[in-house]
Amino acid sequence: MSKTEAAARLAVRKTYKLYIGGAFPRSESGRSYPVTSSKGEFLANASKASRKDARDAVSAARKAFGGWSGATAYNRGQILYRIAEMLEGRRAQFVAELAEAGTKKAGDVVDAAIDRLVWYAGWSDKITSVAGAANPVAGPYFNLSSPEPTGVVAVIAPDEPLLGLVSVIAPVIVTGNTCVVVASERAPLPSITLAEVLATSDLPGGVVNILTGSVKEIAPWLAAHMDVNAIDLTGVADDDLAVTCEQAAAENLKRVLRPAAADWYADPGLKHMTAFLETKTVWHPTGI
Amino acid sequence: MTSSLADVASSNATLRAFLHGLPGVDRVGADQRAAMLGTRSIKTTAKAAAIDLAIRMVDLTTLEGADTPGKVRAMCAKAVHPDPGDPSVPKVAAVCVYPDLVAQAVESLGGSGVKVASVATAFPSGRSSLDVKVADTALAVAAGADEIDMVIDRGAFLAGDYLKVFEEIAAIKAACGQAHLKVILETGELATYDNVRRASWLAMMAGGDFIKTSTGKVQPAATPSVTLIMLEAVRDFLATTGRKVGVKPAGGIRTTKDAIKMLVLVNETAGEDWLHPDWFRLGASTLLNDLLMQRQKMATGRYAGSDYFTLD
Repeated sequence: MSKTEAAARLAVRKTYKLYIGGAFPRSESGRSYPVTSSKGEFLANASKASRKDARDAVSAARKAFGGWSGATAYNRGQILYRIAEMLEGRRAQFVAELAEAGTKKAGDVVDAAIDRLVWYAGWSDKITSVAGAANPVAGPYFNLSSPEPTGVVAVIAPDEPLLGLVSVIAPVIVTGNTCVVVASERAPLPSITLAEVLATSDLPGGVVNILTGSVKEIAPWLAAHMDVNAIDLTGVADDDLAVTCEQAAAENLKRVLRPAAADWYADPGLKHMTAFLETKTVWHPTGI
Repeated sequence: MTSSLADVASSNATLRAFLHGLPGVDRVGADQRAAMLGTRSIKTTAKAAAIDLAIRMVDLTTLEGADTPGKVRAMCAKAVHPDPGDPSVPKVAAVCVYPDLVAQAVESLGGSGVKVASVATAFPSGRSSLDVKVADTALAVAAGADEIDMVIDRGAFLAGDYLKVFEEIAAIKAACGQAHLKVILETGELATYDNVRRASWLAMMAGGDFIKTSTGKVQPAATPSVTLIMLEAVRDFLATTGRKVGVKPAGGIRTTKDAIKMLVLVNETAGEDWLHPDWFRLGASTLLNDLLMQRQKMATGRYAGSDYFTLD
């Protein structure tokens, strides 16, 4: 065999798909949309999820809820910590993707996202002590309030591709909820790479489902869905859309979180966790 | 029945000659045809009509060892008013229970028009003597069952003793009196599509008013392919003998999409005449909730949640 000049290797590019029920399907609609870098260069085509993908994601989240909410807090904490470990291992990949998406100081952002996961992982077995209480009552009873997960939470992620995304997903799942996340429309690629991290972190399929596409198209369907118990509107920038979603969410009395614009580097506080907990109070007779 | 077919059942040899003389089923072709018909897109008003028709065809079923009179009462209430919040939802066709709970179902349904079907004949295995099977049937009929779902003796069928199967069906048909007889072939245990076609003809010749795919206890149950073959059988049986027989797929039909695919199969195979609860039924328990959720989605424009429907 004569020695010829080696041909330039063909690029092997990643196909960015959705993350539903632990699998990576394409959009049921077959649609996609081009994602460009901050300088306007073409990066990849992302799947453009339809309302039926949202419906499938809600079914997957509902199916996963029993097992995830029933897992021990300790176990959930371990799995969140595991996500942080996996993210650490893919640090370089995230730094490159964030840089392409126009994030400045991408290394710091990835560090902050990993630390945020570790921080929330630590809360898994402590939040019940802080948000719950032994209430003094005027009668011979133990009166105990304990926070419980709300159920399936729809999350509209902010336009902050990794740190913002992690900061809205972690507080929802650490307490035992499952979620359907609509990723940033402008920069959806890191969210699907994060899905690869989630898929390899012992997180049961369906606990986190990630959709990419038009927020304006998908959010109202999630807000109106009768099998969704709460919605986080953090990433809804358009006030009219937020009002539409709030009105739709009223039909089955969803819990709605619509926080003011946040500094994602600041201490997040407990707000994102307690918003998706509901308190169960038990009266137990004493002295019998 | 034409005289030529009447003679067929005179002995095992003639039955075998007739059943094995039926044209063979092209497995690949049948699967492809069923899959192709499953790709039809049924939307908007056609979908709304299909959902209502499917609800009217449902045989709401509970066949658990843990069935109680209370559960049957609750299921009967659901059969009459599938969605208590929406009076425009039609009633289902029938409820399907074990023989000892027929009396409870009859009492609960009153004069609502929903029929009571009872499984019988040592359901689901069918492993007992003919006397016991006839007594089982008589028990259900005496308690007021309108329809009897019997199982065929798959052991005898697979061993080639077609006459035994034929005579058993005929004996149960006689024990049914006025009640309609549905013959369960349990296609999941018949091994080949050729056997499904043979068993369909055998059941129809022996007097079955309906042929039903499965008990729901064996997988695979009501696949589109076996339903297609059985629909072809009833179509051909009508052309040969002039007697119309119904079809009931049961087991594994859980979603509205599955149900609508079945309706497409009926329309394209047996014809529009079969698109009626008198001639086509869907044996199911969880299907009804999915139909109701789809119906509500079409009415309100919101995806429905299972929290708002009763558990079966």
